[in-house]
Amino acid sequence: MKTRKLLSLTALALLTAGLHLFTVLSGTQFYLTQLTMAAYYGLVVIGLGVMMGYAGQISIGHAGFFAIGGYLSAALTTNDLTPFLAPGLIRWLDRVGLLVHGQDIFGDPLMTVSPWAACLSAVTVTALIALLIGGPVLKLRGHYLAMATLGFGIIVYRIFLASPFFGEADGISEVPGFQLLPATGLLGPVIISGDAAHRVLNYYLAWGVLLLGMALLLNLIDSRAGRALRSLHSSEEAAEAFGIDTARCKVQVFVLSAIYAALAGSLLTHFNGGIGPGEASVMKSVRYVALVAVGGMTSLWGTLVMGVGLTFLSLRGVFGSYDDVVFGVILIAVMLFAPEGVLRGLFGRALQRFLPGRQT
Amino acid sequence: MTDRMLRIRNLDAGYGKLRVLKNISLHVKSGEIVAMIGANGAGKSTLLHTIIGLIRPMSGEISFLGQACDRAAVGRIVASGCALVPEGRQVFASMSVEENLLLGGYVLQKEKGRAAVQEELARQYLLFPRLKERRRQLAGTLSGGEQQMLAMARALMSRPKLVMMDEPSTGLAPLIIRDIFKIIRQLREEGNTVLLVEQNARAALTIADRGYVLEVGKIIVQGPATDLLANSDVQRAYLGREKIE
Repeated sequence: MKTRKLLSLTALALLTAGLHLFTVLSGTQFYLTQLTMAAYYGLVVIGLGVMMGYAGQISIGHAGFFAIGGYLSAALTTNDLTPFLAPGLIRWLDRVGLLVHGQDIFGDPLMTVSPWAACLSAVTVTALIALLIGGPVLKLRGHYLAMATLGFGIIVYRIFLASPFFGEADGISEVPGFQLLPATGLLGPVIISGDAAHRVLNYYLAWGVLLLGMALLLNLIDSRAGRALRSLHSSEEAAEAFGIDTARCKVQVFVLSAIYAALAGSLLTHFNGGIGPGEASVMKSVRYVALVAVGGMTSLWGTLVMGVGLTFLSLRGVFGSYDDVVFGVILIAVMLFAPEGVLRGLFGRALQRFLPGRQT
Repeated sequence: MTDRMLRIRNLDAGYGKLRVLKNISLHVKSGEIVAMIGANGAGKSTLLHTIIGLIRPMSGEISFLGQACDRAAVGRIVASGCALVPEGRQVFASMSVEENLLLGGYVLQKEKGRAAVQEELARQYLLFPRLKERRRQLAGTLSGGEQQMLAMARALMSRPKLVMMDEPSTGLAPLIIRDIFKIIRQLREEGNTVLLVEQNARAALTIADRGYVLEVGKIIVQGPATDLLANSDVQRAYLGREKIE
């Protein structure tokens, strides 16, 4: 099991390098931008996959978490804090070095939170929100849970759409790049931004984050806590009888998947240099659910491959203006014809033997 | 007193406002097999769920190994040596046999570490060689009898002193039921104590030392199993042996 896990992760690393090589050889380096974005969306999808496929808890509000992560990161790094300089907290933040001084496009001084601190607080706040709503919401099951999470997603969407602080329908633009590491020797500074200069670096960064996220989840589902999670899917009653706190388990996996979504939201927002309310829309949440379903619910690798693959096609505009339609149709078709997921349906058990992280 | 492994006094329990168990008192001594028989809806499962901590009692006392446990969390009760084999087996169908067993050791792993769980796993495979053959198979693909064995082995994974079984014979062929009851007897020989809830009264009373009869939430008869088997009321109601004159 362990070697298989290692092998498949190595395969993902090789695929990453292989895709890069392919774009170089075929002169299509511009694909790297969409591949980078697709990797971040893939992170959301695998996080949701653990919650939906393994723990059996649906969420049609994950775009909400993605958007909260992205928007908070964006707002903190673009909104001017100068008027608030007087209060002690801001001054203290400034002294600790968490604030960045710059100039806006009109040359006025602009004081914002540094991207590092913004990203961390965005993810933390999202986790807290998930923790807060997770308790009551996860008491619900089946359709009711779907409805509640859907409601959450809509609320988040309307808030971002209505709030001037978050730019209303325009969203937030001019989000600065995210400096991960300063320049060292041969390498330039590692910055998360869609700048053509950083294209290759950003590509590897995104896929590196995805690889790491995947490794963590694969470890989780094979662990004691992971088994407890998966037991929720079959029989909560029996799980409780063995001392598993099912309510806590559900909240934990909900928070974990919200963190994946928020991290992806934050990093992608810095990469894109902005975020709009569309990211919080219900169609996005439905899309994530559809991607988990095509991936085969209890197959993290299937989820990852289909999630990244279809998102890439969508970002390249292959589905044209029927984008949302395509994902809706996919969801219906999967439920009708291949409830085990497309990969498993197409390649059957043969493929399964090589993919770890599923029930053997 | 020390031989009273489980002791229940004046227990009332139920769901919401519905009182299912009314003033139940019983005990289980160390090394015994105690049968609890009763019809559908008598409250047998509710009783087991209350003992393991899934349901909070409304009033009354439960003590296990001399310690009050009527307000303890399930995890604590399992850790102190009480395990439940749930009704209808309730194996985790989409997980492998081995993963099911490891889940049975969920609390044990936390308390005693991974080595203890592996040790226990080896012991279960010795006791149930069939499960070892099928360790990689999904639990949902096992036959009914095998699933019952898995449910029992899973409960044993927590190193219990008292094993509570909720209708282990449900939906099984008579031959398989015989095997299951053989295993229950074997468990006792290995030093376990068993509280057996059954509708199959004859089979349960045949292997039990003592028995209780539960009817609409109350214990109406109790005594040595042989006495209950001979009791004409019990015969009429649960053993189907009334002579029609």
